[in-house]
Amino acid sequence: MDPLTTDDGGWPGRCRPGHEGSAAEAAGLAARDSYGRLLALLSASTSDIAAAEDALADAFERALRAWPSQGTPASPDAWLLTVARNRLRDHWKSAQAQRTFPLDGHQDSLTHTDDLDVDALPDRRLELMLVCAHPAIEPVAHTPLMLSTVLGFTAEQIGRAFSVPASTMATRLVRAKKRIKAARIPFRIPGADELPARMASVLEAVYGAYVIDWATTGPQARHLPSSEALHLAEVLARCAPADPAAHGLAALVQLSASRAPARLDANGRFVPLSDQDPSRWNAGLIERAHEHLRAAHARGELGRFQLEAAIQAVHCARRPGGPTDWATLLTLHRVLHAIAPSLGSGVALAAVIAEVEGPAAGLAALDALIEEAGQRGRRFQPARAARAHLLGRLGRREEAVAAYDGAIDLTHDTAERQYLQHRRDGVTGQRGDGAGGSAVRA
Amino acid sequence: MRYVLLMSYREPAEGEISEEAIAEAMEAFGAYGRALQEAGVLLSGDVLQPTAATTTVTRRDGGLRVQDGPFAETKEALAGIFVVDVPDLDAAIGWAEKCPGAQWGVIEVRPTATALVNGEWTR
Repeated sequence: MDPLTTDDGGWPGRCRPGHEGSAAEAAGLAARDSYGRLLALLSASTSDIAAAEDALADAFERALRAWPSQGTPASPDAWLLTVARNRLRDHWKSAQAQRTFPLDGHQDSLTHTDDLDVDALPDRRLELMLVCAHPAIEPVAHTPLMLSTVLGFTAEQIGRAFSVPASTMATRLVRAKKRIKAARIPFRIPGADELPARMASVLEAVYGAYVIDWATTGPQARHLPSSEALHLAEVLARCAPADPAAHGLAALVQLSASRAPARLDANGRFVPLSDQDPSRWNAGLIERAHEHLRAAHARGELGRFQLEAAIQAVHCARRPGGPTDWATLLTLHRVLHAIAPSLGSGVALAAVIAEVEGPAAGLAALDALIEEAGQRGRRFQPARAARAHLLGRLGRREEAVAAYDGAIDLTHDTAERQYLQHRRDGVTGQRGDGAGGSAVRA
Repeated sequence: MRYVLLMSYREPAEGEISEEAIAEAMEAFGAYGRALQEAGVLLSGDVLQPTAATTTVTRRDGGLRVQDGPFAETKEALAGIFVVDVPDLDAAIGWAEKCPGAQWGVIEVRPTATALVNGEWTR
């Protein structure tokens, strides 16, 4: 289940028209698209996101009142932008006058909005995303800020996604927005010397929506990338079409999302990648991802997200009953671990080495990695799980059972723990099948 | 091995936390409790009333002294205790990380020295 779009039909912010169904969902996505574009335009000149949000929420509320009786305007976005701009102007005027005055009804009569072509205005969402992931903003706030400003999700919805109380998330968002305004973090595309590092933070924050690190144990399925990550990555790829990493990230999120329907079996049990039925994967998402991969490839640069996406693409190329191209995967994993080494990439590489060169070679690589990482390596659940799988395949049953127990101790998700227990029980009866398991993202 | 997870955080003032926030926290603790239970590691869990409800008892100065309130005023007060039985510190830290109280407070992870089980002190 998508934690962010469960109960509001997809409308951003405080605006809930109260209809349901897939048409509403499509309208909701379009509304999110508009929301981010309009908010970026409204806050770009002042860096005052909170005031822009209030103005835009006010405009949406007026739309809900006015449109049913007066009819939807020819350009809804132009209408919303004009009303919100008037509202902002009132806000500044009253701030200057040090007193509040009532809204002038005539200002909202909107006789000229049809002259305003929002599509002709620049899309400032990339600048907005750069602000959200600015080095002066604490990293933990980057992803929530983007979900709030670019897609218009409420603190409650974002809090639910991160398993953080709504009040905590609201405080975090308010603090970050105040900081953006007070420090006047500018809405601009940085120069070539600064841009790569700044874009890296933006990519990281969008990636953060894809791998939301559940801070608590809940009933949530941690492996399901949800539509908010898909949408955020798509917006970034559209706003930064020349950035191969943005395309790579969009492809990565889409390919991973494409397998969501196959990740749980009919009994709600976790199905590892190697056992999934490819016919249950979403072909449309896979096709869209390949377009992004071609766009990334055309730039001729190799980066972490392109590589991760390419790895996903190889997995998604497996046909029903067909083999996986492990040799290609090994090359990709080696390069990935070389340019962006992490515990996760190391464990995945060891699992693939086991497929190509045998479980003994995989185990040697894994043990070297754990040794090198020290305490963090020993506490890394995927490393423990992969080690257990490999020991099982090598027929070292006692060690495998002990390793499974060690992995189970660090597993807080019930479905995944049941899977590991099932595998552990299998070791005593028969040889294990496949080293992938939870080491390779399912 | 038994570990005690000691939750401490700043006590909110009366009415400082909304009903919704309280409901959310209860839901989070509910999920946490179920996860501990399903993993078979939970021995006990108590979330404490505020320090205003505390009574401190001592004889260390000779006579009996019963005092209203905690023995030491601190910014952050003990707010709850989970006792878990897990194989090692790594596993205990893993559960502490997942504790809802870690979102707004701190969790101390302390191994038990000896515990009273079925009326007997264990070693």
